[in-house]
Amino acid sequence: MITRKGVQHIAKLARLGLTEKEIEKFQKELSSILDYIEKLKEVDISKTEPTSHSLLVENVMRSDEEIKRGLEKKLMELAPETKEGYLKVKSITRAFAQQK
Amino acid sequence: MKGGKENQVLFDSMMELTDLTITQAHEGLKKKEFSALELCQAYLDKIREKDKSIRAFLTVFDEATASSLALRSTRATEDLALQQAKKVDEMILTGREIPALAGIPCAIKDNILVEDLRCTAGSKILENYIAPYDATVIKKLKEKNCVILGKTNQDEFAMGSSTENSAFGPTHNPHDLTRVPGGSSGGSAAAVAANLCLFALGSDTGGSIRQPASFCGIVGLKPTYGAVSRYGLIAFASSLDQIGPITKTVEDVKIVFEAIKGKDEMDSTSVKTPKIENCKLKIENLRIGVPKEYFIKGIDPEVEEIVKEAIKKYEEMGVKIEEVSLPHTEYALPCYYIIAPSEASANLARYDGIRYGYSEIQNPESKLLEVYLESREEGFGPEVRRRIMLGTYALSAGYYKAYYLRAQKVRTLIKEDFDKVFEKVDALLTPVSPFPAFKIGEKIDDPLSMYLSDIYTVSVNLAGLPAISLPCGKAGKLPVGLQIIGKPFEEEKILEIGEIFEKAWT
Repeated sequence: MITRKGVQHIAKLARLGLTEKEIEKFQKELSSILDYIEKLKEVDISKTEPTSHSLLVENVMRSDEEIKRGLEKKLMELAPETKEGYLKVKSITRAFAQQK
Repeated sequence: MKGGKENQVLFDSMMELTDLTITQAHEGLKKKEFSALELCQAYLDKIREKDKSIRAFLTVFDEATASSLALRSTRATEDLALQQAKKVDEMILTGREIPALAGIPCAIKDNILVEDLRCTAGSKILENYIAPYDATVIKKLKEKNCVILGKTNQDEFAMGSSTENSAFGPTHNPHDLTRVPGGSSGGSAAAVAANLCLFALGSDTGGSIRQPASFCGIVGLKPTYGAVSRYGLIAFASSLDQIGPITKTVEDVKIVFEAIKGKDEMDSTSVKTPKIENCKLKIENLRIGVPKEYFIKGIDPEVEEIVKEAIKKYEEMGVKIEEVSLPHTEYALPCYYIIAPSEASANLARYDGIRYGYSEIQNPESKLLEVYLESREEGFGPEVRRRIMLGTYALSAGYYKAYYLRAQKVRTLIKEDFDKVFEKVDALLTPVSPFPAFKIGEKIDDPLSMYLSDIYTVSVNLAGLPAISLPCGKAGKLPVGLQIIGKPFEEEKILEIGEIFEKAWT
């Protein structure tokens, strides 16, 4: 069983806000899914290499040249907040100072 | 105004237009039996009439949509479905040879980008996201002058097996409106089954094309990993995701697959499909395996009987059927539920409330971390949150080896099982899902039982193989699918094997 603290820790790593109710719900649900996944421990993998991709693809290279696709305007329009052609992000120094 | 009788004739021909296959519609267009405009209008009318009860579409590419948020106003009118159709009619009038997909109305799963059209992936976090460019598959379809009718409903970020996880409400199965169409490409499958389009594109990460095709009684292909470019597909689990066609016949799958496949420099995992030399199969030379691990406790007895009956039909036609073993089958689902959520937790980290998508950034009180936490809390639904949590856990310090690395090793064993049996047989026949379409609401509160509907499909994604689902019978009024799994890049062979069945028995 994952602890309450465990769920809160994972949620913070995942940058996912949880409600009080959800912490409890995830404790139960994640525990039961993880119990099911425990099944993998039955398999002898001592001599097995991991597979990250089903295809063996070599590194794919291209020359390091700028490619203009003219998407800048459309991409900027999708951003929730911009300023002078840049994405706007909250100040982190102020936040840091306040935390201290 | 036309007379009453003429109206009736017109009405009948409209009804027929939505019953066609791609091949039939193409012939009709070429012979000028009807125009692309009439064909497109027939589908738009049908969507207006029937989609209120099925809810397969999230966005329809018609005039109503053009005036709403879903389209950029600048390009709205020129790209409307009817405008696309008009262009094809002009081509036909000038006597030009038209591609097999020209003027063919289709629907696109809402996790595939169509330029300037809303693309939500079934999520609130992308509710107002307008695709800035075309996915490679869309570019290819547009080059062939295919007509895009709209975008279809899906489980949020393709995570689910019923389309109930959509932030915009569930889609209903056309065979029984109280039941799910399957998922995650449930909107695409329901749209094809209800004759709301001639074909649809879906995506398949663990069965998301094949299982809904099976639940809706139509044909779906999950291509070999790398056969179709994933550029412009909203990523779920990048080592498993593939785009594929959902159609009414195997022949139609071939046409669409042929149009969308191929190496793409925008997707470095895409590969040039090797040409399969003369694939004219001789039935008596075919050897097909039936994995014994796929017929075990948990499968609905009626489904088992229908699938076994289908296998027997192949045998009666002279195909050599033999029982084979894929010993690691029972580990495929737990293996998948480590690998897919792990990749998802990384892929979905991009939804941060800063670059695009739902955001809480406007709140002057909140700090950067709170923008992340609150945007993602509000924007993601329960299943997506569950999988992000699961994936983050499996990748976190101290657990990586025990979960992720172990799952990757089990993945190797699953793949080796297939390599071994494919030394002996040309293809495998299995069920697609252990049960037919279930009731809306039946499994939504029990994630594990929902996950079990993918038990026969996830291995194929882990091993990167091609597989199709085609209808092979009905349990009551509910369709049951047969899965044909092939060796990597042998789509053509499994499609031919499918066609043998389709031609002889349906």
